[in-house]
Amino acid sequence: MNIRAIVFYIGYILRLEALMLLPSIGIALYRHEMSCVVAFLIAFAVLMIVGQGMVMLKPNDRSIRAKEGFVIVALGWIFMSVFGCLPFILSGYIPNFVDALFETTSGFTTTGATILTDVEVLPRSLLYWRSFTHWVGGMGVLVFMLAIVPSSKGSGDSLHILHAESPGPVVGKLVPKMRFTARILYAIYIVLTVIEIILLVAGGMPFFDSLIHAFGTAGTGGFSNMNLSVAAYNNVYFEIVIGVFMALFGVNFTIYHCALVGDFKSVFRNEELRLYFLILVCAILAITINILPLYGNSFFTSLRYSFFQVSSIMTTTGFSTADFSEWPEFSRLLLIALMIIGACAGSTGGGIKVSRLLILGKSAMHTLRKLSHPQSVSVLRIDGRKIGDNVLSSVNGFLVIYLGICAASIVIVSLDNLDTATTISAVFACLNNIGPGLNVVGPLGNYNVFSGLSKVVLIFDMLLGRLEIFPIVMLFSPMTWRRL
Amino acid sequence: MKIVIAGNGKVGYALAEQLSREEHDVTVIDNNEDVLERSEELLDVMTVYGNGASLETQTLANVSEADLLIAATSADEINILSCLLARKLGCKQTIARVRNPEYGAQLQFLKDDLGLSMTFSPDRSAAHAIFRVLQFPSFLKLDSFARSRIELVELSITPGSALDGIVLDHLYEIAKVKLLVCCVDRAGIISIPRGGFVLKSGDKISVTAATRDLAKMIRNLDISSLKIKNVMICGSSPVTEYLAEELIESRVNVKIVAHNLERCKQISENIPQAIVICGDYKDEKLMLTEGISKVDAYVALTDYDEDNIVLSLYAGRMGAKKSVACVDRSELIPILQGWNTSSIVSPKHITVNEVLRFVRALDKSAGGSMITMHSIMDGKAEALEFEASEGTKHMDVPLAKLRLKPNILISCITHGGDVIIPKESDCIRKGDSVVVVTKADSVLSELNDIFLAE
Repeated sequence: MNIRAIVFYIGYILRLEALMLLPSIGIALYRHEMSCVVAFLIAFAVLMIVGQGMVMLKPNDRSIRAKEGFVIVALGWIFMSVFGCLPFILSGYIPNFVDALFETTSGFTTTGATILTDVEVLPRSLLYWRSFTHWVGGMGVLVFMLAIVPSSKGSGDSLHILHAESPGPVVGKLVPKMRFTARILYAIYIVLTVIEIILLVAGGMPFFDSLIHAFGTAGTGGFSNMNLSVAAYNNVYFEIVIGVFMALFGVNFTIYHCALVGDFKSVFRNEELRLYFLILVCAILAITINILPLYGNSFFTSLRYSFFQVSSIMTTTGFSTADFSEWPEFSRLLLIALMIIGACAGSTGGGIKVSRLLILGKSAMHTLRKLSHPQSVSVLRIDGRKIGDNVLSSVNGFLVIYLGICAASIVIVSLDNLDTATTISAVFACLNNIGPGLNVVGPLGNYNVFSGLSKVVLIFDMLLGRLEIFPIVMLFSPMTWRRL
Repeated sequence: MKIVIAGNGKVGYALAEQLSREEHDVTVIDNNEDVLERSEELLDVMTVYGNGASLETQTLANVSEADLLIAATSADEINILSCLLARKLGCKQTIARVRNPEYGAQLQFLKDDLGLSMTFSPDRSAAHAIFRVLQFPSFLKLDSFARSRIELVELSITPGSALDGIVLDHLYEIAKVKLLVCCVDRAGIISIPRGGFVLKSGDKISVTAATRDLAKMIRNLDISSLKIKNVMICGSSPVTEYLAEELIESRVNVKIVAHNLERCKQISENIPQAIVICGDYKDEKLMLTEGISKVDAYVALTDYDEDNIVLSLYAGRMGAKKSVACVDRSELIPILQGWNTSSIVSPKHITVNEVLRFVRALDKSAGGSMITMHSIMDGKAEALEFEASEGTKHMDVPLAKLRLKPNILISCITHGGDVIIPKESDCIRKGDSVVVVTKADSVLSELNDIFLAE
């Protein structure tokens, strides 16, 4: 275990986080939000000092292996969340530490679950910071670090960080150099975000609100500066722009790279992408029909709400234009199912990912074939490429631990004695990084009703969900820390 | 440069490692997923699974956009096919590994008609390196620079040697040729000596000299001028054949000992002048009968590195005056330290260097690009050859006035064919090839890196 290298990388992340506070400081100064200026400056100073201190302990040996990669990512995210909640506490808007940590973790993990009953009273600088955490957390801070840090020449160490932070069962590079892979990912991310901001501003949304909603969409987070979320604008154009962009950010970024280099064949043949859109379209149609009676049998009104909500839930964003908590049971359950499926691997979304579903489905088909032809031999293929047994077993392992964590979290949260739908949907909404669930935690509700213990459990669920379980589990596994 | 390497074996991996360190975009193709996974984890390269000679795989690896394809799989035919296909796809340069001696003869023809930029044969290169070691048996290692105009040789100072107790400043008085001692290994510690340094017996030194002065240097320094007449080779790898051919051409008697009867017959058919013995080279009786104690040189070329080390040590003990072991795994090399008669030749290292030299020549950097790199003193130091170009700083400034980083020595300059062992008044001029010696831990990628930052 190369502890000094871990300390070095975490120090680097904290320094980056300090720089991320700068825009908020600017906004606070510009709008004369004095309590926030002080809060942000203190947070900035603390992050800089701690980060710099950790970086100064320069390790002689910067090499990291898979184990260190997991630990760096897990600890990095925990530290970022803990330090990132300082502005909320110091400015006095969320005085309770657990609440502030919940809000910040929810931001970085792009969950979008809030404990605030009224977000509109927050000053602009805090609102900006709250949503900016989404944008940063969406693609990942460590991926950003890989894009700018001159890594040890020619070494493949950094792949372990990409593996641990990027979602999906198989993570590969786009180009031979890790640094450029990370840069391409961020470039696509930035360009898509900017296009969305422009489209929203062009449609008449105030600039600040456009920023907030674009950050929420890009990271598939879901924090809004309105209590009613996107519903507050009641504007079809905004809903279409945000709805479409949510769906786009739920797509594997590799696809965009393929399209950019003119490789349209792999775009159209991508099985995950096709399944993703198939599920999306089917769910939209099913829910549209199901909620027709609620909206006076108007197909277009139903379609409008259904499209936005399905896109928002499946990509695990969590914006809302309608209180889907009040929808018929079929739609509610379908949305819960979409929460669990989640977006594509390699996107900014959460959930167990469409590609894992694809692998599991195919492996189930193989098992069926094996039952009728016990001697048959078959190889699992996706996009024409072989899926190795190690990938399959890691997907299986993922699913088992995922279910175990779900069950354990639900049992602990149920101590708060809320109704079943609230309890279960709260855990799903946090573990899959969606945000709003059903009933009490529905689009119009919030997570303030839970006890401190439940909040801590949900905070861990959010981190587990964003980092796809293994890094956090590895962090607490004694095997990781053993010498041999 | 964008470089695709087909074949992730020993040579392919070593090439990928060095080329990615030199900031090239490297993609590796292989049909073994386990080795690809290892490369992906350890190196900053992209990997593509599949047959390097198939269109589909090459398209996946984006060969059409690549500047260079290096085909280094174990099969010659696949390598040639890969290169053909890559040229067809639009890859700018191709390099193929062609191992089979039967194809060796038609290499030139192959190169022109198939559009190959270069072919390499690790066996032929290794054989040639061993041949050169046998030509100058008093040196432990020879590396050549500037198109073989300069040699960097390693030798040990034995008690009673003419070099024992010599101050470096007075070296010219006994050597009578211009030499530069650029690196000294005293009890395992490497240093780059200055003029006042006194050599002692037990030291291992690394010396640069012009190739034409080597013979004179050997004579004047009274280094035992052993002339190799009889060589015994163990093992029946292709290196054996190449080496035997070269040796026989220069009138050395060759005896080859190998296990495999079929191979023995084949070798005897190809090289009728050699005495081929079919038997166990680990059998002491047989080896004594065949006169292991009387040979001038013993070369161990079996398929196993460990066997080669043990065999060459054994031969040295039995009385062979010089022994050479073929060892690819660098972690084994320190074992032979302190055995003054044993040299090591690593085919992998030689091949990789050969290819790298070609790649570096393709990709000239502005600040004076690297041409050759040899690791010397058992990997504890490096000798690098650079070409001074437009962007090189401090040209035409006398060396005495240059401020170099610590532990860096300019050991030789070639100016328009003249080899200059530099004095304080010499200077680097445009187009010169400059050989620099440094400890292995300093990273130099271009000539400008040797200067201290202002």
